[in-house]
Amino acid sequence: MELVLPGLGLIFWMTLVFVLLLFVLKKFAWIPILSMLKEREESISSSLDLAKQTKLEMEKLKSDNEKLLAEARHEREAIIVEANKTKDRIIAEAKEKAQSEASRLVENALQNIENEKRAAMNAIKMQVAELSIEIAEKVLNAELSDKKKQSELVEKQLNQLNFN
Amino acid sequence: MIIRKFWEGRASATASFLLLFFIFFSVSVKAEDHSVGVDSTHHEADAKKFNAGEMIFEHVLDAHDWHIADFNGHAISIPLPIILLDENNKLHIFLSSRFEHGHASYQGFMLSHEAPHKGKIIPVMEGTHEIDPSRPLPTDLSITKNALALMVSAFLIGLIFITIGRTYTKRQGVAPKGLQNMLEVIILFVRDDIAKPSIGEKKYHKYMPFLLTLFFFILINNLLGLVPLFPGGANVTGNIAVTLVLAVFTFVITSFSANKQYWAHIINTPGVPWWLKLPIPIMPVVEIMGVFTKPFVLMVRLFANILAGHIVILGFISMIFIFGSMNVFGGYGVSIVSVGFSLFLSLLEILVAFIQAYVFTLLSALYFGMAMEEHHTEEHSVESHH
Repeated sequence: MELVLPGLGLIFWMTLVFVLLLFVLKKFAWIPILSMLKEREESISSSLDLAKQTKLEMEKLKSDNEKLLAEARHEREAIIVEANKTKDRIIAEAKEKAQSEASRLVENALQNIENEKRAAMNAIKMQVAELSIEIAEKVLNAELSDKKKQSELVEKQLNQLNFN
Repeated sequence: MIIRKFWEGRASATASFLLLFFIFFSVSVKAEDHSVGVDSTHHEADAKKFNAGEMIFEHVLDAHDWHIADFNGHAISIPLPIILLDENNKLHIFLSSRFEHGHASYQGFMLSHEAPHKGKIIPVMEGTHEIDPSRPLPTDLSITKNALALMVSAFLIGLIFITIGRTYTKRQGVAPKGLQNMLEVIILFVRDDIAKPSIGEKKYHKYMPFLLTLFFFILINNLLGLVPLFPGGANVTGNIAVTLVLAVFTFVITSFSANKQYWAHIINTPGVPWWLKLPIPIMPVVEIMGVFTKPFVLMVRLFANILAGHIVILGFISMIFIFGSMNVFGGYGVSIVSVGFSLFLSLLEILVAFIQAYVFTLLSALYFGMAMEEHHTEEHSVESHH
């Protein structure tokens, strides 16, 4: 029967010991332990959040970079196309210019040649005329030294000058 | 859900408890068969005569001295302080060795050997060993075996957790290690699996110191009770006074944290036909009884589980001596089986030590949670949203 009858003395000591234990542990163990645990959990979760945020930022940065890169590539292509066009244009213009210049030069040259030719011709003509006159003079001088020959010549000339 | 699981667990625990009790009684009956005619003053009795029932009860009951062993028929025990408050409110403080194990009286008191005050301190008439019927029993506030064991374990618990608490403040922001790491798992278990789901995320903080102290107090005393050497081996959590105080703490905290709804629920239980409340208040009476049976059951469960464990282990050990007193070879033969069973039961008791600490703490937390439940306001707020 004593087994199930609580003893007063033990109740007294148990209450005393348990209350003391409760207060001592509360002050020196549970409050520091629980607050540290909470602090640690919070720091862990905030670190995880930070990591997640950093990861997101990294991803954003990466996509930004890619976008920039793509833009740069696009721009490069555009520039190249533009440059090609300009090049073609310049070449075409140069070609055209060269062509026109060349044709102008050729024309000038032709003109000059013509002019020179004409001048040369004129000079030759003059020379020829002078020479002819001189020759004719000499011939005439030689030929027309007697009468017979003179009349022969006139006749020949007249024959030649057919009045037809 | 948790409650349902728990009740299932309890049913099986009760079943195993009954089974163990049955085994124990069959042992004790055998023991009594063989101890017929043993002198009641067994210290001087033939060492071969062995009373298992007496030995077991001597171990599981509280005592005024700490009996460690018997050597050559002499008890080796540690005397403990006796503190008595007599009928004139006079305090008597002396060591229990003054009683010479119940063979002497001191300051008009004596340790009784016989029913109805067996093991208690009784007032005696001067110069005799007879009880003085004119004087009432003194108020016994002695530091008994269990009280000393309580203090030792409280000191141990204090030492462990204050050290750990200091470790936490010293090693701030560093990963836990060693004992701190091991106990942190249990602390987190009490917080996350007992307090938070039972009481609720908002209010559990306030109850954590009590729940943690309760859990570790029960656990460490349960485990110390399984250590057969001094200062372990005392049947602290298998003593009804200890479990009574723990249950009273739970009851007081439950009652003080209860809100209006909890009391309204008890007086006017909703969802129950009116004729159960008027004119004969059957439901309120049942509910009020429930308020007291909850802690009562807590008290009995822990007490019975731990006591049964101690008794069964001791029963198996006793069998060696019972058979040994019949036949030396019988004793040796049975010892193999008994030691095996005792080992198995000791391992089982380690499990029980954890389970009982868990169950007591979980139920306390559930009662706190129930006392503060705000069922109706939640339902109304849900309805008002629709």
